[in-house]
Amino acid sequence: MSVRVQAEDFDISVEIARLTQGRSDVGAIVTFTGTVRGSGGGQAIDAITLEHYPGMTEAELERIEARAHQRWPLQASSIIHRIGRLAPGENIVLVVTVSAHRQAAFEAAEFLMDYLKTEAPFWKKEDIAGGSAHWVDARAADNAARDRWTGKAKGEPG
Amino acid sequence: MDRAVKLKYFAWVREKVGRAEEDVTLPASIATVADLIIWQRSRGPEYADAFAAGQRVVRAAIDQTHVKPEASVMSAREIAFFPPVTGG
Repeated sequence: MSVRVQAEDFDISVEIARLTQGRSDVGAIVTFTGTVRGSGGGQAIDAITLEHYPGMTEAELERIEARAHQRWPLQASSIIHRIGRLAPGENIVLVVTVSAHRQAAFEAAEFLMDYLKTEAPFWKKEDIAGGSAHWVDARAADNAARDRWTGKAKGEPG
Repeated sequence: MDRAVKLKYFAWVREKVGRAEEDVTLPASIATVADLIIWQRSRGPEYADAFAAGQRVVRAAIDQTHVKPEASVMSAREIAFFPPVTGG
């Protein structure tokens, strides 16, 4: 399990290798990459700025990751989230899940993203082309996506 | 007994309050996060604006764990206020 919050970009190949090197029990690797969209609310965006709560962010991501490992048979996982000013097209977040079988890896990756989006203390500000800036509002759809995990998962053992 | 705590603010709560953090002494009457929010509103126009009732909801964390308004602040060392999160 690993959690990182950083300004720098990440390299998916390097991160996969970090989790799988020297293992022969891996059958499935799922990665999710979130990137900066060039528009928000119909307006073109120059950049977004990501603020976070140092200390709590890492603690919260570790709690979310531990929950995924309790729920699915994962051999390894990684969550990397960038902070600071990011231009459209740049990477924001990477989730990697590693398991013997695909269903656990797919489901755990979705679970990690759904909880990250609703519980990890990050906030996005959008710089609108032309000068103004505004804080992005939380979406009810993100809470609904998280809440579907309160039942039992298909890929869970037993 | 009065208690010393560190308050932290993030995103638009930080911008409205005009600072990222501060050390304060909580009056003995403040037992919960909801009590603290009511007290914050009395501390000046910038606080009244950031913590305005019926405005966009301010969330809280005590010692870096999410809490609900009814949570006790009696043993808190660090209390943070922020908007609903929007990472990912």
